[in-house]
Amino acid sequence: MFSSEQAVAWVRGTAAVIGEHATELTKLDAAIGDGDHGTNMARGFRAVLERLDGLPEGADMGAVFKAVSMALIGKVGGASGPLYGSFYLAMGRALGDATEVEDAALAAALRAGYDSVVARGKAQLEDKTMLDALHPALAALDAALADGKDLGAALDAAEAAAREGVAATIPMVARKGRASYLGERSRGHQDPGATSSQLILGVLADVVNGR
Amino acid sequence: MTVGLVIVSHSPKIAEGVVELAEQMAEEVRVLAAGGTDDGEIGTSATRIADAISAADSGDGVLVLVDLGSAVISTRMAIDELLSDELRGRVRISEGPVVEGAVIGAVQASTGSSLDEVATAAAGAATLPKVKD
Repeated sequence: MFSSEQAVAWVRGTAAVIGEHATELTKLDAAIGDGDHGTNMARGFRAVLERLDGLPEGADMGAVFKAVSMALIGKVGGASGPLYGSFYLAMGRALGDATEVEDAALAAALRAGYDSVVARGKAQLEDKTMLDALHPALAALDAALADGKDLGAALDAAEAAAREGVAATIPMVARKGRASYLGERSRGHQDPGATSSQLILGVLADVVNGR
Repeated sequence: MTVGLVIVSHSPKIAEGVVELAEQMAEEVRVLAAGGTDDGEIGTSATRIADAISAADSGDGVLVLVDLGSAVISTRMAIDELLSDELRGRVRISEGPVVEGAVIGAVQASTGSSLDEVATAAAGAATLPKVKD
């Protein structure tokens, strides 16, 4: 089971982790992009925390994730704003007025979020984007749940797959975003968007496992 | 009324400057700036863009001119997720260059042209020769 309290803890935890990794994300982005991913995401998640403070006690998951989305799309600035904004908005829409859902419903909501990022960003796998972390992670999550693993173990498997996905972006040539202007020179660098996606999934796994 | 224009740029100053230029050519056309994030930082904001589109619409539709990368993604998000179904049907994203497209689009709009005609005129600005041999 997954509850709105866990959803809020996930988002708050994400804000903290993104803040801690902001410099690292910005460095990764400086190598192949415009060098603002960490700063932008940290600014966005600070706005997210303000929005969460304004939500009523016991708000449903739809309201929580919509609040996250609205803060990100207005404050992040780069492509990650509308992309992560789409991710959380679609998740919120999938979970609606629920305050507690089955494991499969959380997995389905994550999948809806992923599909929305695909629709909005129009990237393909191996374009060296956040999809390269999210896609293997969600496949691992679905497979683990289908195997009868509990949600915590399944999310750990997802995070491990995301980590491998991030490493796999290093030799890729970027075909989307500012990094694609570099062509071959984007090879040999880890993708910042894939990295932030892995961090976000890692916090979810930690929250569900009570770490 | 006329077709309205929205200028989306990562830079608030670019968006405002383009609005100034376009308004000088066609002051009766609603041209609105949606530059930067909600805090005025470099970037784009889907909420800002959606607000500008709503304000630029007088019922005849809105053409949105965009600069790089996330400007397109934020504009798509604004159109798909934040506008009413009714308004969504009369908003287009221009293939045209921001400055030239805005000026030519505004002039075309000022003649009472349709959204299709304004969009075609703004897109045509991409191939306008600047320096003839």
